[in-house]
Amino acid sequence: MPDLTDNDAMETGATNEAVLRVFRGGPEDGKPVDYRVPVAPGMVVLDALHSIQGHQAPDLAVRWNCKAGKCGSCSAEVNGRPRLTCKTRLDSLPLDQPITVSPLKAFPLIKDLVTDVSWNYKINKKIPAFQPKPGVEWKMFQRDVDRVQEFRKCIECFLCQDVCHVLRDHSKHQSFGGPRFFVRTACLEMHPLDGLSRTKLLKDELGLGLCNITKCCTEVCPEEIHITDNAIIPLKERIVDEFYDPITMLIRKFRGA
Amino acid sequence: MTPPYETHEHDVLIIGAGGAGLRAAIEALAQGARVGLVCKSLLGKAHTVMAEGGIAAAMGNVDKSDDWRTHFRDTMRGGKFLNNWRMAQLHAQEAPERVRELEQWGALFDRTEDGQILQRAFGGHTFKRLCHVGDRTGLELIRTLQDRGVQQGIDVFMECTITRLIKDGDRIAGAFGYWREQGRFVNFKAKSIVIATGGIGKAWKVTSNSWEYTADGMALAYEAGAELLDMEFVQFHPTGMVWPPGVQGILVTEAVRGEGGTLKNNRGERFMEKYDPKRMELSTRDVVARAIYTEVKEGRGSQHGGAYLDISHQPADYVKKKLPSMYHQFKELADVDITTGPMEVGPTCHYMMGGIRVDAETGQSTVPGLFAAGEAAAGLHGANRLGGNSLSDLLVFGKRAGKAAADYAKSARSSELDAAQLQDAEHEMLAPFERTAGEFPYEIHRDLQDFMQSLVGIFRTEEDLQKALGELEKLKPRLAHMRADGSRMFNPGWHLTRDLRSMVLISEAVTRSAHARRESRGAHSRIDYPNFDDTWGKQNNIIVQRGGQMTLEQRPVSEMPAELKEILAENK
Repeated sequence: MPDLTDNDAMETGATNEAVLRVFRGGPEDGKPVDYRVPVAPGMVVLDALHSIQGHQAPDLAVRWNCKAGKCGSCSAEVNGRPRLTCKTRLDSLPLDQPITVSPLKAFPLIKDLVTDVSWNYKINKKIPAFQPKPGVEWKMFQRDVDRVQEFRKCIECFLCQDVCHVLRDHSKHQSFGGPRFFVRTACLEMHPLDGLSRTKLLKDELGLGLCNITKCCTEVCPEEIHITDNAIIPLKERIVDEFYDPITMLIRKFRGA
Repeated sequence: MTPPYETHEHDVLIIGAGGAGLRAAIEALAQGARVGLVCKSLLGKAHTVMAEGGIAAAMGNVDKSDDWRTHFRDTMRGGKFLNNWRMAQLHAQEAPERVRELEQWGALFDRTEDGQILQRAFGGHTFKRLCHVGDRTGLELIRTLQDRGVQQGIDVFMECTITRLIKDGDRIAGAFGYWREQGRFVNFKAKSIVIATGGIGKAWKVTSNSWEYTADGMALAYEAGAELLDMEFVQFHPTGMVWPPGVQGILVTEAVRGEGGTLKNNRGERFMEKYDPKRMELSTRDVVARAIYTEVKEGRGSQHGGAYLDISHQPADYVKKKLPSMYHQFKELADVDITTGPMEVGPTCHYMMGGIRVDAETGQSTVPGLFAAGEAAAGLHGANRLGGNSLSDLLVFGKRAGKAAADYAKSARSSELDAAQLQDAEHEMLAPFERTAGEFPYEIHRDLQDFMQSLVGIFRTEEDLQKALGELEKLKPRLAHMRADGSRMFNPGWHLTRDLRSMVLISEAVTRSAHARRESRGAHSRIDYPNFDDTWGKQNNIIVQRGGQMTLEQRPVSEMPAELKEILAENK
């Protein structure tokens, strides 16, 4: 039977070559290593990494799953910028110089392009789950779920965590949740039928106040979620309303709370 | 075995953390069991995350006439009546409740005007039935289940691969595996195990499946003595991307056609008129995949060897709202704006209808204490799965398997893990490092994909299938001499040595079953036997290990009760 899609252009359609400068090794001995890779039309950085694995370095560690921009596994820093390697096309990069591919900087390195992202899962556990208001009627309108659906597009690629200077440069992992978990908390806080308040958690444990809205997270989000404008700023406003509003503070004082 | 060994103990161990595994874990936990959940990737990255179009459930929110009977009938018709009728019945009856439950756990589906869950049309479904969130329904499902499960207290073992099920006599006693990150070995003691590891798409060259889809669970179950059912039925989704080469096979959701997309050949003809004039683009996947394949083979294909799929007659804002990831996928990966021009699409290996043979009510395999759910299990979909029936399958049978596994664990005693079996499992994993000659697995994998694609694809013949069996034999000595380079720290080349053996084993089960079934039914199309055969229509293919050999036998399909036959006879 003829092969309908017999155009294995990863090999045959190659027109030129690219050099990938890939970080190899662990926290102590790691260093960039150059690999020459044939370039096929439409090829993405992850394809190039697979080509290296399949032909030159079988033990090259790289996380990936869907290769379609839907799972958020293949995050790395390409030419210094946090990207999904499955959505970064080689023809969008200058091929006359090596393409550097490095692991995410905000998390501890395990090996090559793989970092230990388990911290994120620990933060996630702190956020109380959706809890419907008592006796709620399960009816919602599209206009009410639109803004929450924007947040629920998040694929947990952690690029926003990686680029956030509170984590990346100041390593405040102990006192700060990071943009991903502000988005997740916003999901719950703005769910039309949710009955819990998570503002105290945001203020005290997730350190929302440390964010000084530089919008770096929004810029790298592959799902184009307006992290700063639609999630972080409204949450900051909720904290102000609840904890720093002068009238509320006055009432609290009188009640001795 | 080098003691001391990291060992974890649970009542129920679940392997795989997609929709089925997570739903099983949540239910087993609700039953009071201690639950461990092991997955090869990070939590939330399983293949379920890629499901796009929706969850099929006869809720009747849009088409009030819909009910479980119609869903049952559609599923049986789509599966060419080879389905396990009891599974099809349970699935149709229970899916709506499973969807409502998701909403109560925080999922946010697209809404109808009157505030209910919106449902869309899909291939083979009589009514608008698919509950959805744009074209990212799977993400919504997995995130909802993941958050629910984690909050309820499931022990999650991420980036951990199980390579062996450990038995105590006939019963399941636990499992052996390794941590992907560090390469250390780990044991799990469990009274019951649920396999929810998905399918085997990575054995084909053009596939929508991720690296995880290497048939692990089917291979583990087979090696533990379980039966595999109807392995010849592999679904080729009609619409994968065909250009550029790097993205070949990436899924283009059926929701494009559900939202009104048309298929045309290079002459501008809506060719589905020839293949299924009544249902056109919303025919079942087997029919549409064969139609596109045939158009291309007969010279009427698109520029890069596919068909043109066009949704640009819909308003651009509507397309971006209802198909946002398709819009971005084509814009970023193929330089195509789907709001103004057509996509090029062609068939891609997508789903395994066959799998571990299970009891309809409980999901228990033929091995006591071993359960399976989701794509790894077989029965519900028969010869062809309808779009949208997978997500509902995961929920309905994930819950059932979780409950049954927890019930089983209540009455089962815990067994010690047999040292000889563990030692053998460890030796198997270490052997590739001890070899200095031999191949790395990547090349063998490419060869497997090449011949499975060309010889065990959409259309099959006696000659091709014979040839494929010969090719599989040739791979075996190469598998025995695979080697790994480097250390055990996160080493994909080493990981592939084990995954590849599962793929080759299960590819053989697929090929043998396809060779035996001398008829065309659903996704299994034999050029040399192009019609239904009544005898084959009443029997299942069973693959089982006997005396260390893979054997194939046929078993009659069980008789359907009269009241279900009546439903099928109704002509809607």
